[in-house]
Amino acid sequence: MKEFWKRFSRNRSAVAGLLILIAVILLAILAPILYPEDPFSLVGLPMVEPFEGFLLGTDILGRNVAAGIAHGAKVSLLIGLFATLVAMLIGILIGAAAGYYGGWIDDALMRLTELFQTIPSFLFAILLVAIMTPSIESIVIAIAVVSWPTVARLVRGEFLALRKREFVEACVGVGMSDWRIITLQILPNCLSPIIVTGSLMVATAILIESGLSFLGLGDPNVMSWGFMVGAGRTVLRSAWWVCAFPGIAILLTVLAINLVGEGLNDAFNPRLRNR
Amino acid sequence: MGSPILEIRDLQVSLPAGSDRTHAVEGVSLRLEPNEILCLVGESGSGKSLTARAIVGLMPSPHVRISGGHIRFGDEDLRSVSAARMRQIRGSEISMIFQEPMTALNPLMTIGNQIDEVIQVHTKLSRKQRVERIVELLRDVQLPDPAAIFGAYPHQLSGGQRQRAMIAMALLLEPKIVIADEPTTALDVTTQAQILSLLKTLQAKHHTGILFITHDFGVVAEIADRIAVMRMGELVEVGEAAQILNAPQHPYTQSLIAAVPSLVPRKPRPAGDAPVLLEVQGLNKAYHSGGLFARKGRNVRAVKDVALKLRRGETLGVVGESGSGKSTMARLITRLTEADGGQIRLDGTDILAVPRKRMRPYRKRVQMVFQDPYASLNPRYKVGRLIAEGMIIHGVERRAAYERVHELLELVGLDARVAERYPHEFSGGQRQRIGVARALALDPEILVADEPVSALDVSVQAQVLQLLADIRDRLNLSMLFITHDLRVAAQVCDSIAVMRRGEIVEFGPTEQVFADPRHDYTRELLDSVPGKGWNAPRLAG
Repeated sequence: MKEFWKRFSRNRSAVAGLLILIAVILLAILAPILYPEDPFSLVGLPMVEPFEGFLLGTDILGRNVAAGIAHGAKVSLLIGLFATLVAMLIGILIGAAAGYYGGWIDDALMRLTELFQTIPSFLFAILLVAIMTPSIESIVIAIAVVSWPTVARLVRGEFLALRKREFVEACVGVGMSDWRIITLQILPNCLSPIIVTGSLMVATAILIESGLSFLGLGDPNVMSWGFMVGAGRTVLRSAWWVCAFPGIAILLTVLAINLVGEGLNDAFNPRLRNR
Repeated sequence: MGSPILEIRDLQVSLPAGSDRTHAVEGVSLRLEPNEILCLVGESGSGKSLTARAIVGLMPSPHVRISGGHIRFGDEDLRSVSAARMRQIRGSEISMIFQEPMTALNPLMTIGNQIDEVIQVHTKLSRKQRVERIVELLRDVQLPDPAAIFGAYPHQLSGGQRQRAMIAMALLLEPKIVIADEPTTALDVTTQAQILSLLKTLQAKHHTGILFITHDFGVVAEIADRIAVMRMGELVEVGEAAQILNAPQHPYTQSLIAAVPSLVPRKPRPAGDAPVLLEVQGLNKAYHSGGLFARKGRNVRAVKDVALKLRRGETLGVVGESGSGKSTMARLITRLTEADGGQIRLDGTDILAVPRKRMRPYRKRVQMVFQDPYASLNPRYKVGRLIAEGMIIHGVERRAAYERVHELLELVGLDARVAERYPHEFSGGQRQRIGVARALALDPEILVADEPVSALDVSVQAQVLQLLADIRDRLNLSMLFITHDLRVAAQVCDSIAVMRRGEIVEFGPTEQVFADPRHDYTRELLDSVPGKGWNAPRLAG
């Protein structure tokens, strides 16, 4: 673990990304303390400029932008995290089965995966949310449904390669069950690429969620960054801060997660980096 | 002896900081005379390849560099010549042949064009002259139909043909020196024998000096005029071939030569009317290639109507070249691969008729030792768990399983404490011992060993073979021993089955197969064993 941190910290930008990410997470945790009020409540005049009573100003209805960002952080991170977890679960199960069993199971599962990959993912997500009616659950499901194919293909590739390794055959030889071989023998050996892909998927998930909320397909009961950008876009020229601050929050968070993902990749594959 | 064409004096090659030693090559001095084959012999990590690469300035990475000494070639010092001059020397005056001809050739260029490129770089011949020269050269290296080979791509040739093409390329400009780095290691024995004799003929014809790097004393005995032995980056002994092979002076050379298995089969053990434990009949397996939309797939019959008998306590060797189906057969018997047809009777029960789900009780009776000691142990788990896992699955209580692990580790000559360590902390030989311990954990009756020593250095190989023999005798195990190495087979096996193209062409007691082979192919195999005319002196130690 110590060794791992040493390799991770050699990548400066990854450490910077991690710091930003920690800040965002802290903001999400502290949101109810910093801004105990409902972020939807009207606290002042509409479109008050930043630093004139409110840190980041107010929006067109007089809601506190800073409170929105703090509460939105929690929503963005949670949706990103859960959507990724669900996508990983589906992707790993399908990819592992395809790679381990091969033959017609592989053929069938991979054709299914390709079917999902042929549909443009953002349009597909919009469609799913529209059908299911917008709510946090439906957004999580929609994002997971459009992002699992990547994981499935990755896991299948790793399994195909590891399946033929002699240590796996040795396990078959002692009569170990397939489930045990898949979960305890092969999966631990391909965790590092899965973790790296997963960290990058969180960033994509946050972007998709913002996009959906921007289009008005977010959960109407929770404050989110995409919703704030969408609500403020009509007054972009007269009150830039309403759009800009949530936009910057999305940018920084996604960038930070990407940097951390890169750093994880370097730390897991130190040889690639030293070349 | 005249003046040497190449003289290495006090060569030092340093390794980057943090390696397990500071120098890969330390103070090596060598002379290569014109018109001789000098064999540089050593185990893995001895620095033999790096010494050769240092000559032509091909270091594997910028961190590995020559830190001292001189390399005199004619009246130049190769360490100080310009990069342009070095390029000129490479290929035209000193050329190289590598171990793996598939990776050394560009897969997207025809053989002819690749050779042509070398001539174009170094000479000013016209296209027509060049083509003539190449075709003549391809004929020289005894390739059939040189004109067709000229236009062929590397993947269309067999391994032996590719190596011949490489040799043609190396000899193209009549270099003074050829450096051959394990040129026959990746080839089958019969091909290896042909390539070695070809190299020898061409060397005599062109009076080339060859620096031949190998780990195999059989090959050395076949080809060397002089021998230099390396260990841990240092030169331990240099001398005439006959002297080193028959009367080595240095204890290390003595131990290396003593570890080479003899071709004379060992004394047969009291043979048996022991009961037949495993009987294979009419075993078949074919591989199909081609997918959903392929018109017609190719059909390769890997194992054809194989029949075998293995008695209790007997060791049966299965020998053959690559692609002969010997490994597939091992996998069919352990049921890692499903057979297409036939019977495998274990104590009278046909295990092929047992459904996969109910195989477990049979699995524990037949256990496998794998070839690659690096790939056969899961890097994520400690040794103790790797060995105990099978027992726990078969219902042994956890504590009892781990106690048994300690016994097993001692049985294979390892300290019981290694159970707490991870596989990557061990050397190849130690890992193979762990693999044996794992196979023994379920108290099998039959051990299937698929090339268990071919990835190991010769001295380690001897130890692992000794271990397998000890354990077999102590536990009265039957063993199915798959190998391509007839020397190993002669020392380990009671009887031998020779396989070719999926079929068993000869089957009999080891002594008889070696002394009086019935099938032409067996005779060819025996004739191809490198160094067959040389009997390693049995030295003390």
